[in-house]
Amino acid sequence: MTTLTDAPHGSGTFPRGIHPPHRKKPAEACTIEVLPTPAQVTIPLLQHTGAPNEPLIVKPRTDVTVGQKIGASDAFISAPVHASINGQTARATAITLPNGRHVNAIPIKAGEEQPSAEELYDDHFGGDWPTDYSDREPKEIIEAIKEAGLVGLGGAAFPTYVKLSPPPGKTIDTLLLNGAECEPYLTADYRLMVEAQAAIVSGALAAARAMQVDNIVIAIEDNKPQAVDKMRQAVQGTAVQVIAVKTKYPQGGEKQLILATLKRIVPTGGLPLDVGVVVMNVGTAAAAARAVARGKPLTHRVITVTGAGVNHPKNVLAPVGATFTELVNFCGGLTEDAARLVAGGPMMGFTLGSLDTPVTKGASGLTVLTQQDLRKAEETACVRCGRCVDVCPLNLVPTKIALAARCQAWDLAKRYHMVACMECGCCAYECPASIPLVQLIRMAKAQAPRD
Amino acid sequence: MSEPAPAQADPPKPQLHVAPSPHLASTATTGGMMLDVLIGLLPVTVMAAYYFGLHALIQVGICVGSCMIFELMFNAMRGKPASILDGSAAVAGAILGLSMPWNAPWYAGVVGSLVAMGIGKIIFGGLGQNIFNPAMVGRTFVMISFSVSIGSAAYVVHDAPMEVVTQASPLSVAKEAAGAADLPGLWALFIGNVNGSLGETCSLACIIGGLWMVLRRSAAWRTPAGSVLGLAVISLIAQLIDPQSLTMLQHLVGGAFLFGAFFIATDPVTSPVTPRGQWIFGIGYGVLVFLIRQYSAYPEGVAFAILLMNALTPLINRWTIPTPVGGPAPALVKK
Ligand code: SF4
Ligand code: SF4
Repeated sequence: MTTLTDAPHGSGTFPRGIHPPHRKKPAEACTIEVLPTPAQVTIPLLQHTGAPNEPLIVKPRTDVTVGQKIGASDAFISAPVHASINGQTARATAITLPNGRHVNAIPIKAGEEQPSAEELYDDHFGGDWPTDYSDREPKEIIEAIKEAGLVGLGGAAFPTYVKLSPPPGKTIDTLLLNGAECEPYLTADYRLMVEAQAAIVSGALAAARAMQVDNIVIAIEDNKPQAVDKMRQAVQGTAVQVIAVKTKYPQGGEKQLILATLKRIVPTGGLPLDVGVVVMNVGTAAAAARAVARGKPLTHRVITVTGAGVNHPKNVLAPVGATFTELVNFCGGLTEDAARLVAGGPMMGFTLGSLDTPVTKGASGLTVLTQQDLRKAEETACVRCGRCVDVCPLNLVPTKIALAARCQAWDLAKRYHMVACMECGCCAYECPASIPLVQLIRMAKAQAPRD
Repeated sequence: MSEPAPAQADPPKPQLHVAPSPHLASTATTGGMMLDVLIGLLPVTVMAAYYFGLHALIQVGICVGSCMIFELMFNAMRGKPASILDGSAAVAGAILGLSMPWNAPWYAGVVGSLVAMGIGKIIFGGLGQNIFNPAMVGRTFVMISFSVSIGSAAYVVHDAPMEVVTQASPLSVAKEAAGAADLPGLWALFIGNVNGSLGETCSLACIIGGLWMVLRRSAAWRTPAGSVLGLAVISLIAQLIDPQSLTMLQHLVGGAFLFGAFFIATDPVTSPVTPRGQWIFGIGYGVLVFLIRQYSAYPEGVAFAILLMNALTPLINRWTIPTPVGGPAPALVKK
């Protein structure tokens, strides 16, 4: 077993990577606020990585209440969806998610009676949270998490219960909680760690109980000292450890975080469970506690609405299915010079073509960038400076992969290990010639013939 | 229990762009890197002016000016947008100028620039496409074509106003006298109070300018580090075997070695992109400099060493593909 050492300032890290501006300031100090219940929400039937759900309620004008399951699937990799407000369903529609997928969605028109903001906040973060789950069977915990429709809230939206049920032959010895939040601008996880530590710790303990592991680690970037402090206090008397890691992008990448905290290397093409680790976002842990201890499904999530293009940046607890328009209006609207809407953070987020897109379980933020934030430089020739190589966390040669991608030279791309790329964007960030390296690689990965 | 919020007015509809991530970029630009190189060249230029007077500035001016004009001309001929603003032509010109003797005839600089830009760069397709360092292509061309007016004998002018040029350059002394004993002292070599090409004599200035570029990450640190390592090790061995030969320190601070290690070997376009490749390039350059100085008819081997390593660069890149963290990528998955 690897021993964990710790220093007051972030000790663990991974090689290479970049230091983009943090830009956490706008939303950092804003207490989580509850979005007033919108007049209508649109609940996409597919919000996770995996098989889409079938609607359980096909008849329009059916009354539903918060937390009622409205879509489910029999597939192994799936997560049910629930009504996030009280109201009446309407006919299913097709919508487009930020990642470009077209999915079916069930609209719900808000009814008269809705839980108040205080009730919602308390239900999510307040009150007492158990730290002892020894009386709960692992199976029972996993079932509760599955029924609650939990997915990774860090962005990948992989069904949580699948992660907690490793295939036979794999032993898990460590649960790693990801509180790195390495994307610039985003502060949702930070706020959770400052406001709802008890829920996070409780969720971690529940998940650990489900997998029967004793080694539980929470990793936080050292640019969030307050979160580190508060979490350290909260874990006292439990088996959970808090580790501060260096502030560097992409410290929150699963493989980077495992390397930084546990000094284990996940094989290329492999998963954390190949080295005995399950990684869970801190937000997911808080939601897990709510699912297991309170029996509440995932209906709301904290989302950071921030950037110079938003008048009053905030961290908002919003019901799944509310539109980004409502979020932006709640935050004082867009500024005149808002130029790009990014679902998620600026390094890996998708641009929104329109604000009338529903918030999904995986949406960690809305970053509104202005003209000024966006790079205007034209692409020029590669000067082979090797800067992209110097920052690639996976030790690839991005310039060569992108070149191969441009000429569709798949053999060459393979020789340079194209498929290993995790699309973190460090290379494109760093390139002085403004070459869209990761964009080219991403396209090539989609186009390359499979052999 | 509260009422649902009333629908609010639409936000203003700004111009929105859709683009793939990342949506942020560092402030580094190619022009900025070239500017860093030019700033890095300032100390050597100042020292050259100190030792060689106005001649130094005139040489550098001729080369920078003609390189930029030729680049403009060639780009216009190829119907390409002028890339003059990226500063790469100015860098090539400055390095070419600083590698000339103070008294080189004006046409040597112009012809050198023409060859540097035309054959060294544009023929390959412009910035980023060339295999050989343009300045070294130009320098080697004029060295061979005007061997009388800018060969090693031309450096010595007994009745010149500057004192340093009344002596042969240190490496020529070493070559002719076949011994290291007659060389100027190490301190003179270090601060550049000796004869030689304009930019090469002051080791101190090379180190200061080089460190600036390395700290700004506009030059890969591994290349000069490898160069010093390569030359130091091999010349130390030689020194131990034959105490009469140049010492390791004389090799390091004499001649154009450091100028080449910091300013020419680090030319990104013509040196490897991989970390291990940069080490190999540097070490190879250092060793070649030694071999040429020791065993060829030329007293100095920087230009040839650079060109040889340039030729090897594509191969080095291919040999040194790093293994990804987590091991080589498995074959593309069947779907
Ligand atoms: S950072 Fe850009 S210019 Fe430099 S080697 Fe990579 S692709 Fe080429
Ligand atoms: S996007 Fe891919 S190639 Fe670029 S730095 Fe990240 S892992 Fe490396």
